Amino acid sequence: MAVNTDKNSYTILFAVVMVLVVGSLLAFTASALKPNIKENERIEKQQNILYAMGINGNEGTGDITFVDAKKAEAEFASNVSEQIVLEVKDGKIINQMTGEEFANSKDADKGIEPYLIDVKKQQTRVKEGKSRYLPLFISNNNGKKVYVAPIRGKGLWDAIWGYVAVDEKMVVQGAFFDHKGETPGLGANIKQRYFMDDFAGEKLLTDTGVFKGINVAKGNNDPKNEIKDDYEVDALAGATITGDGVSAMIKKDLKLYLPYFKNL
Amino acid sequence: MGLLSKKDTKLITDPLADNNPITIQVLGICSALAITAELKASLVMGIAVLFVLGVGNVVISLLRNLIPSKIRIIVQLIVVASLVIIVDQVLKAFAFELSKTLSVFIGLIITNCIIMGRFEAFALGNGPWKSFLDGIGNALGYAVILIIVGFFRELLGSGTLFGIPVLGDPIEKTGVYGFGYENNGFMLMPPMALIIVGLIIWVQRSRNKDLIED
Repeated sequence: MAVNTDKNSYTILFAVVMVLVVGSLLAFTASALKPNIKENERIEKQQNILYAMGINGNEGTGDITFVDAKKAEAEFASNVSEQIVLEVKDGKIINQMTGEEFANSKDADKGIEPYLIDVKKQQTRVKEGKSRYLPLFISNNNGKKVYVAPIRGKGLWDAIWGYVAVDEKMVVQGAFFDHKGETPGLGANIKQRYFMDDFAGEKLLTDTGVFKGINVAKGNNDPKNEIKDDYEVDALAGATITGDGVSAMIKKDLKLYLPYFKNL
Repeated sequence: MGLLSKKDTKLITDPLADNNPITIQVLGICSALAITAELKASLVMGIAVLFVLGVGNVVISLLRNLIPSKIRIIVQLIVVASLVIIVDQVLKAFAFELSKTLSVFIGLIITNCIIMGRFEAFALGNGPWKSFLDGIGNALGYAVILIIVGFFRELLGSGTLFGIPVLGDPIEKTGVYGFGYENNGFMLMPPMALIIVGLIIWVQRSRNKDLIED
């Protein structure tokens, strides 16, 4: 029996059936693969935090290389000596928890390991007038402590995020940035080593302890980034808005940690 | 008689050389430029397109008498998009680092003109088996070019193949680097892919004069 495929009713019926079939197929795939994907994302977070701490497989001056995914769990456990969570509201720390306290809490928003805290969700909590949980991952290498904090903001097209490692004077030790959909070859280059490496050694605080942040600056007179106390790194050509996004998220999210570092 | 008839064999072999989607039809150039800095990414992109185009062509061919012509482009898009999402999810689950490398380009398969082109030009008018062979042939033709370009770009740009150093160590100055050879960083830039594709087109057309258009 030949179907008259030109009829409007047939077209609509076809569209409806197709959407139902395709929709359920995709929903099924997504839920079947979800555990694997979640696990991969968890390992990736550990790799990113370790990267910012300076524990990575980088060789020479090429691309960024993380510690091997299979070893990430063990490296994370041995290098991150302490995870703490600060509860802040209106710029003041109202509570400080150890990682265990946070992970064992019955509160719905807690009960996870601090490194799994979703920064985006915490930023929404602030908008709802609630307090915000700020995780901090501390490594202790022969008495030299390094503190890693997650940051998150907006690039040109979509979210950008990263991890910044600082010492107790908030001098940057290392940084890692990633993005969801910045333009390849332009904004996406925030994920390149030559951009990230520039941050190491830059200060976040003035000598009097005021938080200044780091500007991703165009046309500064220090393209090789040899001057480390100018609160500037060289911008990426053709990626003004992504670069501004990086400056903004550093200023906004890292500033929240200032009270903690002041009391160290 | 072999598994494939002569006509069927032609469906696979034609796109490999004389009707290659990249060098002759000039389709799919954007992904050929974007991801060929590494051989591994080229190979995976080839396999992903092989899957999407092979399966997609069969699906479209099976539905060809049912698809209302008014919305056929939308139907084709949905078929590609769903297949691409499945490929993306599978990569995320089982080859996470690779999916990070390919990131946006996996999504870009949707817009790969080879796929829509084959759906529209072949699968809508031919049976599933033929469409499957056509899809495989075209995807292989695409993959071959990607791999050739990837091979030269990774070898000359980074001195590695599949990430394994083959020319010695550029920092320690061993292997060919000992004789003053340097990696050509320019090979890692997308324009070089276009130049290599151009060279392939040149070689191909000088060997087969029939391909030259006036």
